[in-house]
Amino acid sequence: MQKREAKLASGMLLPTALIVVLVVLGPLIANFWISVKPVELADLRAPAALVTERLRGDAEAVGDSVELQYRIRNSSPERPVISAAFTDTIPEGLTVTALDPRCTLTGRDLSCALGDLEGGFRERFELEAEVTQAFLDAPSDVRDTDPLVTGSGVNVLTNLDFTLENFQRVFSASEFWSVLRVTIYYTVFSTAGALIVGLFAAQLLNTAFKGRGILRGLFLFPYVAPVIAVAFTWLILLDPFSGTVNAMLVEMGLIGAPINFFGTRDVPITIFGLTFDFPVALSTVIAFEAWRYFPLSFLFILAAMQSISTEMYEAAEIDGATPLQQFWYLSLPQLIGILSVLFLLRFIWTFNKFDDIFLLTGGAAGTRTLTVQVYEQGFALSNLGAGAAVAVVVFFVLLAFALAFFRFSPKEGGA
Amino acid sequence: MATMDTTVARNLEPQAGFDFGLGTLISAGIGALAGAVVMIVVGVTLGLVTGEFAAPPAGAAALAGLLAGAYLGSVGPVSRQTRRAQLIAGALLVVILALATFAAPFGLGLDQAPVAQLVALAIFASLTIVGTALMIGDIPSGAVSRYKREEAFIRVMKGLGYVIFTVMVALPFYVMVMTSLKNQSELLANPLDLSIDLSQGAAGLFSSYYELFTQFNFGRYLLVSFIVSTLTVILTLAFSIPGAYAVARLRFKGRQAFARSILLIYMVPAIVLVIPLYAVFSQLGLRNSLLGLLIVYPATTVPVALYMLKGYFEGLPAELEEAGLMDGLSRFGVIVKITLPLALPAIASVSLYVFMIAWNEFLFAFMFLDDPSIFTLSRGVVSLNSSEVPRQHLMAGAVVATVPVLVVFLWLERFLVAGLTAGSVKG
Repeated sequence: MQKREAKLASGMLLPTALIVVLVVLGPLIANFWISVKPVELADLRAPAALVTERLRGDAEAVGDSVELQYRIRNSSPERPVISAAFTDTIPEGLTVTALDPRCTLTGRDLSCALGDLEGGFRERFELEAEVTQAFLDAPSDVRDTDPLVTGSGVNVLTNLDFTLENFQRVFSASEFWSVLRVTIYYTVFSTAGALIVGLFAAQLLNTAFKGRGILRGLFLFPYVAPVIAVAFTWLILLDPFSGTVNAMLVEMGLIGAPINFFGTRDVPITIFGLTFDFPVALSTVIAFEAWRYFPLSFLFILAAMQSISTEMYEAAEIDGATPLQQFWYLSLPQLIGILSVLFLLRFIWTFNKFDDIFLLTGGAAGTRTLTVQVYEQGFALSNLGAGAAVAVVVFFVLLAFALAFFRFSPKEGGA
Repeated sequence: MATMDTTVARNLEPQAGFDFGLGTLISAGIGALAGAVVMIVVGVTLGLVTGEFAAPPAGAAALAGLLAGAYLGSVGPVSRQTRRAQLIAGALLVVILALATFAAPFGLGLDQAPVAQLVALAIFASLTIVGTALMIGDIPSGAVSRYKREEAFIRVMKGLGYVIFTVMVALPFYVMVMTSLKNQSELLANPLDLSIDLSQGAAGLFSSYYELFTQFNFGRYLLVSFIVSTLTVILTLAFSIPGAYAVARLRFKGRQAFARSILLIYMVPAIVLVIPLYAVFSQLGLRNSLLGLLIVYPATTVPVALYMLKGYFEGLPAELEEAGLMDGLSRFGVIVKITLPLALPAIASVSLYVFMIAWNEFLFAFMFLDDPSIFTLSRGVVSLNSSEVPRQHLMAGAVVATVPVLVVFLWLERFLVAGLTAGSVKG
């Protein structure tokens, strides 16, 4: 019985396990592999020999001399193609008179061994041929038969060429530590912001009143709407030249000149004689993040609050506890569990977040986090290897968080 | 029993006439706050709706609110909630506001949108007075106990909260819709003018949408997004239902380990996968194809779907299934005939959640798709973000991307809420 169940279970889990291994675990390992390889975006296309042919000279009478011209090119400017060769069929009615030494001709079948082609290799060579009556009777285009090219390009992804240069690049770049710092600020404050805003929102909707359902639906909008829609809306709202918010603030006399919320790295602010640089763009991005993800924490906190029994509050009421005392001494301790779980989960998800910052600032003005750096290195600078190296860093930082999460998460029954 | 007596006593405090104690002072403060906040909200709304923008006179409104609040405070908790007292307070509010702003209650001249100003004034007055009266609540005009003070404080915070949250959430969506209905020159001339020119008729109003669907191929993007999202839901369910059932019900070695590793996999960030997937899919010819997306999307949603469903399956009574097995049903029959019908709410919420993820997905669509004929909506909207495309098109694209998912969400909201909270809290 037990054996049969185990067999059944493995059958049911197999598809899931398979797809997860193929699309999640496989790439995860592949990412480590790529991170130690000198691979650029352009290398994804393996180098190949390209051969084109054409007929030169006029074939008007029998005995006319024409040239069959072959142009050979290595598609990669840098890497060689090993033992390139091609075969082709000479059109009927042409008699080859002079053959290139690399080529052999058997009947009408031409085959040429070109050897190794260097990166950026280009050559054209000609075969001389004589026109016969057969060709004039039925002229055929040489392009009708495509030359068949063989030869192996070295695929950087699969060869055994390793380098640590990617990691050197990542760690020695002066910006690495600032990126790491920005990532931590961004993650901590966005998570805390979303939690606090969510806690406040949950307080608002904890008691029943008319229109509560509508408000609850409305509060979930930022989370449900696609990120591209809300990110572009905020970009337009906060635009320094024609944004509604800036125009409004100027009109009300709250600010003298429009603020470039997403483009200003920092402004000096003086409080009590202490001057420090306030990171404008980073704070705006954090505010956006709190705005977009508060609905999630709001939902969880609301669900947790509704499950707190009312008897406790009645007892506290009789004992003379004031409303704020009830919140502080009764509600909050009951919510600590869900708050900490939420904090850890949100912390990891915020850390993983790429879309939001990428769409809002593209990582400019001091908002580049590790995830944006992956894109920047891998795709903007076309260095896949360096991008993968940053991704490895992301993965290990995340692993540390995940281990912490499992340590602090409440144990499930029997686990 | 003593505490009971004080509770009763609290509600029976004397309410004689006008009394200018602490309660009145608090009420005045509440009134001033309400006046200023309502003025800012109503004034800005008026400006955005009519296109005549002026800084709302929050100070004058605070003064008017202060006096109206003081009046409402002084009349005591019972008459405070009567229509008569509130009408008097309202009149007081309007008169003071008119005096303090020299008859320009919103900082606008009387000739600028007079009807809208009148309506706004009525809304301002009623919101301020009703809000103030509600926030003051039952605090007495004279001495106020700590309990009542804190209750009033919470009411004020909540009142502020409702306003701030509603504005914070609704404003971007409002601006998104309104911007999409305007044209480029209007937008540049006055970014504060979000009024709608109804005289141009529906064709003029929705011209951005018309152009999106005729020139920018958005009809196709919509279709592609719909197909991709729906197929993702189907594939995810096909993978995760058996998996979740196995983890929840069947006993086998490594069950807990499997459950935990699913959660771990859920935390693997997409950005770590994107480079290897890009590399491999490029070589396999899957990159610029919907098939590629349909491999990646289910793979990334299966773990969370499996986790949510597992939680639900564990909560179903096993006895029912055992009875089914006794009666000669096969395991497959039990799942189809007993478990799935019972788990329908959970399946609905998982479907909705997965649909939402797939519909909103940006990173892979952005990285993988170059061919405009297979763009998803996310990818299509990003392609509108260039200096050559006017911004009302971008906003119209945002609206087109948002409306379907919001409609589906509002329609099935309770499932999403139930699913989100049931599935992930347990972690």
